[in-house]
Amino acid sequence: MPLEWYVAIRFLREGRMQTLLIVAGAAIGVAVMLFLSALMGGLAESLIAQTLGTQAHIVVRPVVEAARPQRTSTRDTLVMPRVERTAQRVRSIVGWQQVMRDVERAPGVVSVSPTVSGPVFAQRGDASKSVILLGIDPERFARIYPIRARLREGVYRPVGDSCVIGTELASDLGVSVGDKVRLSVVDGASDVFTVAGLFDLGNREVNRRWVLVSMRSAQTLLDLVGGVSAIDVTVDDVFAATTIAESLSARTGLVADSWMQTNAQLMVGLRSQSSSSNLIQVFVVLAVAMGIASVLIVSVVQKGKEIGILRAMGTSRRSVLVVFLLQGGIVGLLGSIVGVGLGMGLSVFFASLAVAADGSPLFPVHVSLALIARCTVVAVSTGLLSAVLPARRAARLDPAVAIRNG
Amino acid sequence: MADATAAERDAPVLVLEGVHKSYGTTVITEVLRGIDLRVIPGELTAVTGPSGSGKSTMLNLIGLLDRPTSGKVFVAGEEATALDDAGLTRLRGTKIGFVFQFHHLLPGFSALENVMMPMTIASGRPRPWMHDKALALLDKVGLADRADARPSELSGGQQQRVAIARALAMDAPLILADEPTGNLDTETAGRVFELMRELNRTTRQAFVVVTHDPRLAERCDRVVRVVDGRIVSDGPPNGAAHG
Ligand SMILES: Nc1ncnc2c1ncn2[C@@H]1O[C@H](COP(=O)(O)OP(=O)(O)OP(=O)(O)O)[C@@H](O)[C@H]1O
Ligand SMILES: [Mg+2]
Repeated sequence: MPLEWYVAIRFLREGRMQTLLIVAGAAIGVAVMLFLSALMGGLAESLIAQTLGTQAHIVVRPVVEAARPQRTSTRDTLVMPRVERTAQRVRSIVGWQQVMRDVERAPGVVSVSPTVSGPVFAQRGDASKSVILLGIDPERFARIYPIRARLREGVYRPVGDSCVIGTELASDLGVSVGDKVRLSVVDGASDVFTVAGLFDLGNREVNRRWVLVSMRSAQTLLDLVGGVSAIDVTVDDVFAATTIAESLSARTGLVADSWMQTNAQLMVGLRSQSSSSNLIQVFVVLAVAMGIASVLIVSVVQKGKEIGILRAMGTSRRSVLVVFLLQGGIVGLLGSIVGVGLGMGLSVFFASLAVAADGSPLFPVHVSLALIARCTVVAVSTGLLSAVLPARRAARLDPAVAIRNG
Repeated sequence: MADATAAERDAPVLVLEGVHKSYGTTVITEVLRGIDLRVIPGELTAVTGPSGSGKSTMLNLIGLLDRPTSGKVFVAGEEATALDDAGLTRLRGTKIGFVFQFHHLLPGFSALENVMMPMTIASGRPRPWMHDKALALLDKVGLADRADARPSELSGGQQQRVAIARALAMDAPLILADEPTGNLDTETAGRVFELMRELNRTTRQAFVVVTHDPRLAERCDRVVRVVDGRIVSDGPPNGAAHG
């Protein structure tokens, strides 16, 4: 073993209590880091998964017609400065088959699904609910939403005069599989559908509002024969959705919104959550660094004579420097080993507390290898860095003075 | 050939030439005021003098732990005063062995590990070799059976004997000791000193020993008396020890 390691390890063993304290400090720091990161990561992951369970990564829609303020021609002054949005009527994507093929070929895109959607009323007896009619291609739709896995009753077959609705809507209307529901548009057109299946996509609003029918039925009802109102897209990297959306928009000349843009609020929340967690981690690292540094500085003072003796026996300044740097590094390493264990224990314990009524975890607490590696690197470099000051002091120590001042 | 060997053998292992040492920046105290000294291999030199006369300061300069304000220091033929810090460290590690009065040993290491330390620092030798040599040295000072003891488990005299063994570990031509017996009772001091005397006779290493004890100085080859930063007498013990 090289001299520096040999002496560093002995010095650490000699100052047993001090070493235990700073290793414990580093371990707690690492545990907090690991736990916070795992928790925040798991939380973000589950929120995103929940969001994307009922949303396409990107939705391609026709451009909204611009509303213009009205002016009088004579005076050139605004008589109606208030601008109202143009009436909400369902519009189609011009040449959507071509657009869909284009989008499907775009880099990063995994699957696409055309939808015809518009507001309708769902009626059964006296009950009437405002819902969203979604005319879909069942195969393509199922590639974007986990509808098959989430089917609670009946079959997933929104074809002909069959529809598939959410469990909430079913109970609101008091219908079950096999019952009939009337769907009608505001201006009067209406049709009767048989409930083929009930889904639960894990989102109350969606379960209450979505009515899935065949594209043809929706086109007829919404007076949009041959057209679609939107194209849903999934991509391979959900966090690249915005970039891909921009390229799709440029490619098609249509509006393409990513889930990140649609859920700006969620993204702001996640971002501020992760930055506050980062801030906490920075302070934890600082506290640990100061702990290690101060203990090592005390140790340099205590070991003044020993450093002097080592120097008198031919130990170079550089070796003395390395001895103390190593002590910091070793403390960081030991701290990260203990801390990773502690942090994983904490994560498992916390995950076991945060469970839904049925015992399934509310969110995943993933301790990845990358996270462990990151914690170890941070701990070891914190140890090394906090040892720089004490190590330089030790190296500068005048051996004559150190030996004289017995 | 024979002449060269003889010359080499008698070449001084230590030379001080006009060495001055001052401390302080605003108030300057001149501790050493021109020291000239030559020590040849095998010599056992005692350095005596009143407290504060500059004995330790001189020994630190000889031991290359400090640099003179002016003058030259040669150790084993090398001009130490011309070397940089790394050079001094190397020379210290290979040509000089130290025995200190206080805190002689590294408390976290066993007696054997303490004796091995100079060799560990110099490296270049396999560990079993160092182990055997250290054990042989401990045997020489009569402590082979205490090899695994920590310094705190040894008596003062035993600690100092370990320190002497450690000073000899590198076969350095120059062994320096600053009041090596100052902390020991008279009887133990006598025995520790006798050990050094004996080792000096067998190894031909030069010893420079600072001591307050005139009876110990009496038993050396040569006594150098320092007063007020100057050598006031230098010669065999009878003429100098009480001068
Ligand atoms: N680093 C220093 N700074 C200032 N003065 C110093 C320093 N080291 C030694 N001195 C002074 O130099 C003088 C000689 O000190 P030194 O330790 O060499 O004396 P000594 O002969 O060894 O004395 P003693 O017999 O008491 O050990 C003393 O007056 C001391 O105060
Ligand atoms: Mg002294």
